[in-house]
Amino acid sequence: MLLTISTDHKPATDLGFLLHKNPGGHHTAEFGFGVGHVLFPEASEERCTAGLVVDVDPVGLVRGRPGSKGNDFSLAQYVNDRPYVTSSFTSVVLGKMFSTAMTGRSKERPELAAEAINLEVRLPVTPCRGGVDVATRLFEPLGYTVVAEEIPLDPKFPEWGMSRYLDLTLSTTATLKSVLEQLFVLLPVLDDDKHYWVGADEIDKLLRRGGDWLADHPERDLITRRYLRHDRKLTEEALGRLMEDDPTDPDAAQASHDAEEEAVEKPISLNQQRTDAVVDAVRASGARRVLDLGCGAGNLMRVLLKEQGLERVVGIDVSHRVLEVGARRLHFDTMAPRQRARVDLFQGSLTYRDRRLADFDAAVVMEVIEHLDPSRLGSFERAVFTHAHPQTVIVTTPNVEYNVRFETLPAGELRHRDHRFEWTRAEFASWTDGVAARQGYSVARSGIGPDDPEVGSPTQMAVFSR
Amino acid sequence: MTTIKIPELCVVALVGVTGSGKSTFAANHFLPTEVLSSDFFRGLVSDDENDQAATNAAFDVLHYVAGKRLEAGRLCVVDATNVQPPARKGLIDLAKSHHTLAVAIVLDVSEATCIERNASRPDRQFGPHVLRNQRSQLRRSMRGLRREGFSRVYHLDEAEIADVVIEREPLWNDRRSDHGPFDIIGDIHGCHTELVELLGTLGYEVDADGTSARHPGGRRALFLGDLVDRGPATPAVLRLVMGMVEEGTALCIPGNHEVKLLRALNGRKVTPSHGLAESLEQLAAEPPEFSTQVAAFIDGLISHYVLDDGDLVVTHAGLPENMQGRASGAVRSFSLYGDTTGETDEYGLPIRYPWAEDYRGKANVVYGHTPVPEAVWLNRTICIDTGCVFGGQLTALRYPEKELVSVPAQKMYYEPAKPLVPDQPLKDAREGTDLDLEDVVGKRILETRLTTSITIREENAIAALEVMSRFAVDPRWLAYLPPTMSPTATSNREGMLEHPHEAFAAFRAAGVEQVVCEEKHMGSRAIAVVCREPSVARARFGIESAAGGVIYTRTGRPFFTDPTLEAQFLERIRAGVTAAGLWGELGTEWLILDCELMPWSAKAEELLRRQYAPVGAAAARTVRAELAIVEAAGERGTDVADLLGHMGERASMVDGFIAAYGEYCWPVVTLDDLKLAPFQILAGEGEVYALRDHLWHLEVLGRLTATDPVTFRATRSITVDVDDEASVEGATTWWEELTAAGGEGMVVKPIDVVHKGPDGLAQPGIKVRGREYLRIIYGPEYTAERHLSRLRSRGLGRKRGLAIREFALGIESLERFVAREPLYRVHECVFGVLALESEPVDPRL
Repeated sequence: MLLTISTDHKPATDLGFLLHKNPGGHHTAEFGFGVGHVLFPEASEERCTAGLVVDVDPVGLVRGRPGSKGNDFSLAQYVNDRPYVTSSFTSVVLGKMFSTAMTGRSKERPELAAEAINLEVRLPVTPCRGGVDVATRLFEPLGYTVVAEEIPLDPKFPEWGMSRYLDLTLSTTATLKSVLEQLFVLLPVLDDDKHYWVGADEIDKLLRRGGDWLADHPERDLITRRYLRHDRKLTEEALGRLMEDDPTDPDAAQASHDAEEEAVEKPISLNQQRTDAVVDAVRASGARRVLDLGCGAGNLMRVLLKEQGLERVVGIDVSHRVLEVGARRLHFDTMAPRQRARVDLFQGSLTYRDRRLADFDAAVVMEVIEHLDPSRLGSFERAVFTHAHPQTVIVTTPNVEYNVRFETLPAGELRHRDHRFEWTRAEFASWTDGVAARQGYSVARSGIGPDDPEVGSPTQMAVFSR
Repeated sequence: MTTIKIPELCVVALVGVTGSGKSTFAANHFLPTEVLSSDFFRGLVSDDENDQAATNAAFDVLHYVAGKRLEAGRLCVVDATNVQPPARKGLIDLAKSHHTLAVAIVLDVSEATCIERNASRPDRQFGPHVLRNQRSQLRRSMRGLRREGFSRVYHLDEAEIADVVIEREPLWNDRRSDHGPFDIIGDIHGCHTELVELLGTLGYEVDADGTSARHPGGRRALFLGDLVDRGPATPAVLRLVMGMVEEGTALCIPGNHEVKLLRALNGRKVTPSHGLAESLEQLAAEPPEFSTQVAAFIDGLISHYVLDDGDLVVTHAGLPENMQGRASGAVRSFSLYGDTTGETDEYGLPIRYPWAEDYRGKANVVYGHTPVPEAVWLNRTICIDTGCVFGGQLTALRYPEKELVSVPAQKMYYEPAKPLVPDQPLKDAREGTDLDLEDVVGKRILETRLTTSITIREENAIAALEVMSRFAVDPRWLAYLPPTMSPTATSNREGMLEHPHEAFAAFRAAGVEQVVCEEKHMGSRAIAVVCREPSVARARFGIESAAGGVIYTRTGRPFFTDPTLEAQFLERIRAGVTAAGLWGELGTEWLILDCELMPWSAKAEELLRRQYAPVGAAAARTVRAELAIVEAAGERGTDVADLLGHMGERASMVDGFIAAYGEYCWPVVTLDDLKLAPFQILAGEGEVYALRDHLWHLEVLGRLTATDPVTFRATRSITVDVDDEASVEGATTWWEELTAAGGEGMVVKPIDVVHKGPDGLAQPGIKVRGREYLRIIYGPEYTAERHLSRLRSRGLGRKRGLAIREFALGIESLERFVAREPLYRVHECVFGVLALESEPVDPRL
């Protein structure tokens, strides 16, 4: 990975004094992940350039990590861009090899260190989430002229498009200290990644390097969030500390209250309406023992547990991971024994029949069937209707006709990447009627959410009973 | 000497007061593990064998253990006083619930002896009233033991106890040592003409007077009951069957109709419905002694048989696994009437629980009782009552051949209560083949023919369940998932990580002489199931598929997201198979092909755009820019000699990396851009071709690929004698040329596929990947010696173990599929491969 800093501030060779590196030398420092080199490809009165080359060891990245075996997260891959791009590794090297310069001190040229001089930073391959736009938004407010060129993924395959790397040239007139500090913070922000665990001490680092300029930066939130790897708690704390001296703006407070009110007045969410409709249907069925098939993390189950008269609520999901989250959210560990006896979560699959699903009064299948391949609906039907065979089955699924009313949804697209299909009302009617006839149930269909005269409601529900 | 006979499997209750010598008796006549002593269990739960307060808990545990033993078919001897009726009732209930008999052995010892024995035991110092109470309870119990439910009661006095022999005898239904061959014949119902015709078709010689028949080849007929009622000639059928049983050329079990007829013949009051009236009328025309013979014959029939080492169970109405080879009233009822729920349907017929759908037993169950339009295997069960008397057919199952032989009814002799062929379209072929979660989850131990049992860990099954349920194609398509393959042992040659030398050496060490090296295509693994016609998909796979096949990935996902594209591509494969004449040559209407589908980018474009291309783009620029900086500094006089040394070679390595992945990418605009390289024919009707030698595959597939060079790619190969240096040398050169031209590498396989060497199965294949290709795996610069030296330490043991186990499971699933085993039996192996694939193993191997 490579970064160069140039100046034409005469005598340009003073850059060596500012960086505490002799332009004739080859300076190295060892790091856990590789070796940093500082070299000067040019050093004349007119122009001087310092090159920071970091030779990241790609094998060490994978091998040196405990528990890296079999993981597929980025650092566990030998085919890895880290050795070739600027990133948090670069910040670590900057912080060590240019540590004195970053504090603004220079033994030989103390005045120059405090002076704003012409500086040009070149980052030939820098990853940037959000592309040229984000790079510009991050650096221009700090007084840089930004020249950014997108790098294609592979010229041989133009159809693959552009990579997320930029060839970035940043020019400014500023102190070397501020440029180094800003690079230190912003390189990992551009990349939106860090090679190490981010903890509370990362906030101190951010405030130390960004104390002078971050508070006034229009992208303050973005920078803080990305620097702290999107950890919400850390981000809030950092922003709080950053704004400590900033008295609350009374106008801003009023504006935020308005937004809250607006949110309250907004119609209750579709999700909430769906839950309400399903709970109503469960109540109307008189069921005492209820299955939530495809329960996810147990959102519906939490509501069902509050219902009086439900003796048992059991959630089934195929994802073991999401069930662990559910068990945590339902507080299984600390639940009172009597309540704990009412509820359970099991891993199961709706395409295998399952003895544990017998002897329930009602089964809820809320927003689940659209995640099954159409060819597996027959197995689903027999697992639920033939084998589990509850008195009542409640199924909800999107009404694809309504999709044209979602402004953010591009035409022809489904609502979720994993949806294998979304049905029209006629398709849903045909399937539900078929199931009812084959399985000896009667079926009643209804819509959930606003009823559009042309396209119907966003969600459709069928209640089967026998 | 007294001899006591007990059934091989039963609950033996020792009955006797304290000090009567039950433990000694048990120790003398039974295995220590067969004896469950109340004292022992009291100690187990309370640390004190004589703690009466622990009695209830002790018996709970005792009953639990006894239940487990009975489930497993193990004799239980309960060593407790058992002088009180409630204690004995517990044991009788236990025996009944496991469909076994209970036997009581009473040890009647004089009071004096008991007192003497107890006196010598310091832990048995209780008052004389205890003994007296027990003796009086015992005395009162004696007469009622039979009535309580003990099928045999033995009463031994002191002298007899000392000199008794216990003999264990098999149950009447146990004919495991009888291996047939049999011709199993379904419900006849007085259809004598059809019976004689069927016996003739099966090769039996029927005596002119109709009193017996025999097969010249020594085959025996096995009648499944319901010989009588409804039809025109019940006496003639009985005469023939009774004669054959008498002569030893047939076995017969009773049906519910025989049982009812017997009751009528014995003078009991029965409603002469369901065709009984016809039988009685016909029998009335016979001499009275014939009816007496019939009654005796029926009375002597055993309700079901377990035959052929437990592989075959015959019963009139079916029998679940836990009742096979057992004896109880429930077993007899089930055998005669099936699993009725007590409800009746709209025709007034009893509703039956479809027990066969749940059946997971090892034995083939052949039964009749319920007329079906067609005899079809379901989970190793088959009902062969094809309703002859209702105008259907009389059907026989030849065993062990499992061939069905039928003759049509001459006419409808009796109007069925329910139409034999339902009005609605034929039932969904999938019905009854539903997979049960219990078929796949939890810790599982799978038996395979090629290796010892394979354990699937619970956590791996958890991971596989999600993939299988959410992403895989219909499991009825999945007769196979490809196993993982181990790379060759690591090479120490300069600049190399893998080299053919080690692969050949490995096979030499395993005792394999001949191997074939096949070009390894670099695309995505694809398993293609191709049926000659869509109707074949329905008949053989049970799936309605307009495309008549499927193409899926190594994890069972659909290869194509667009079904139209899949159908078109399948059509091309089908056309190739047809043009090559393989349908006729192999005598199959379907094939499962193991293939590589190219280009890699067709399936892996996301990966290429996210990982490979970005690394190439970044590396190409950075290494050149870094080199320029270092060179410029060097020109200025900075000492950069060491840095220049390794910087200089980087650009060519990175270019090699970009070229390596680029080799496997091209845009797919039309179907013509997809290339399929089939390298193995896995299976077709009646044969697992995967077991044929690789040269056969290469030859046959060579002809297939030649039919359509646009769609197919041939697999280049070279055969090697691993002990011949020149041969090995030639193959090495071949590999070098192949990989230098951009090839991924090769796979080295034992020609005869399955090779059992001194250390078990040899690897079914070892891959040797090219030096350039490995840049995609180990990173652009892996060939630098400073990296290679570390990369060489890689552990292959786990990968090799997985490769063997998954291979064995793959062959097993194909064999089961070809043998038409139940879906759950095929699926458990396929699921097992997927589960093993979630084992953590170095993904670069």
